[in-house]
Amino acid sequence: MTEECRHPGTGSSVKILERIMDPLDTAQPGEAGPKRRFLLECMTWAGTGVLWSVAAGLPQAAMLGTAQAAESAATPFSFVQISDSHIGFDKPANPEPLATLHEAVQQIKALRQKPAFVLHTGDITHLSKPGEFDAAQQMIGEIGLPVFYVPGEHDVLDEARGRAYLDRYGAGSRGAGWHSFDQHGVHYIGLVNVLDLKAGGLGNLGTEQLEWLENNVAGLASSTPIVVFAHIPLWTVYPEWGWGTEDGAQALSYLRLFGSVTVLNGHIHQIMQKVEGNVAFHTARSTAFPQPVPGTAPSPGPVRVPPGELRHLLGTTSVSFVRGTQPLAIVDSPLAH
Amino acid sequence: MTHSKPAVSLPRRAVTQFALLLSGALLAGRAAWAATAAVSIENFAFTPRLLTVVAGTTVTWTNGDDIPHNVMSTEEAFRSPVLDTDEHFAFTFTTPGDYAYFCGLHPHMTGQVSVTPGQG
Repeated sequence: MTEECRHPGTGSSVKILERIMDPLDTAQPGEAGPKRRFLLECMTWAGTGVLWSVAAGLPQAAMLGTAQAAESAATPFSFVQISDSHIGFDKPANPEPLATLHEAVQQIKALRQKPAFVLHTGDITHLSKPGEFDAAQQMIGEIGLPVFYVPGEHDVLDEARGRAYLDRYGAGSRGAGWHSFDQHGVHYIGLVNVLDLKAGGLGNLGTEQLEWLENNVAGLASSTPIVVFAHIPLWTVYPEWGWGTEDGAQALSYLRLFGSVTVLNGHIHQIMQKVEGNVAFHTARSTAFPQPVPGTAPSPGPVRVPPGELRHLLGTTSVSFVRGTQPLAIVDSPLAH
Repeated sequence: MTHSKPAVSLPRRAVTQFALLLSGALLAGRAAWAATAAVSIENFAFTPRLLTVVAGTTVTWTNGDDIPHNVMSTEEAFRSPVLDTDEHFAFTFTTPGDYAYFCGLHPHMTGQVSVTPGQG
């Protein structure tokens, strides 16, 4: 299955669907069984804010600036996602990730509707060094809101493979840092899929965490909106670059009965979104540097762009929840328009 | 760079004796070829991905990417610390066999060192 997404500025197109594997599609190649409804919103390119909401299981997308986007600004409850700060990175793609994180922090502080909290979906630091964690914590602390974290693979590079992260952010969590909490009637689950990775494989949750997840949601009413956040995408975005989670489909199977599931990830430093049945998947921009669109570069390494373009490719994501009608509205905002 | 070739099959005692002979040769300074090989890490790949060396060879991995990587033996024979740009890690293979390895941060990056008892 192939569809073209067209770049809003240049008109160039990218065939993308054929490269996206469907983690929930259990049908074998050539099998006649019904394929699940599968919808991929086009990649949203640099500088393109997209409002994205799910109502009654149907996704709706609208460009920022429309009436629909303005409407969402008045919702009673929202939170913000930031990701991939990579404090400590000093390469040409962005020698000053602390400065761009600072801009993201300022952007969050300037939001008209004060968010309830912030989710950070990992790669807080670049090399898990104490000084990097310190700098990130101090900067993110300026937001003045509660922050909930999950680690990226760059946050567990210490000799004890994740101890440094847990010492700092692991209070109240289980295992490698997985945890859950409830806010405003929404159940949030932070998963860790960056440890014990297997040769040739993708992200990994592991048996113990999967069992915890199954028990964690067992007592919840199916009408409870669920937000899952983890660093590496839980859906298979591009296995050639390791962009997916080996046992992500298993995790999602425990959430099948819930009417509204939103999965927020980072890791790939660009916006991608997909709706699969009751599950809306979304990846956030980095606050540090962009990575290439799958298959358009020899590797997923940092993309160098002209200085004036960098801030169009970095940004934050805010998610609004409207009580009663239950749509989650996801708005991605670049650091510069 | 040595490319893959059939591993020489010898009884363990013969291997040991050969290894002793080889170290003797090294001590005598006759074997300038001895014992180093390099693997570069670029564009999220190990090059060469398959490397064959003789026992006693020290293999050095150097990270040429802007993103850190590491080198982990699948069977836990060796594990490098995280390698930032231009950092390297060396391991000396003393025992013949096939050593599969991968990057612990980006496990789709895989490679193998085959260690033969014979001369390279």
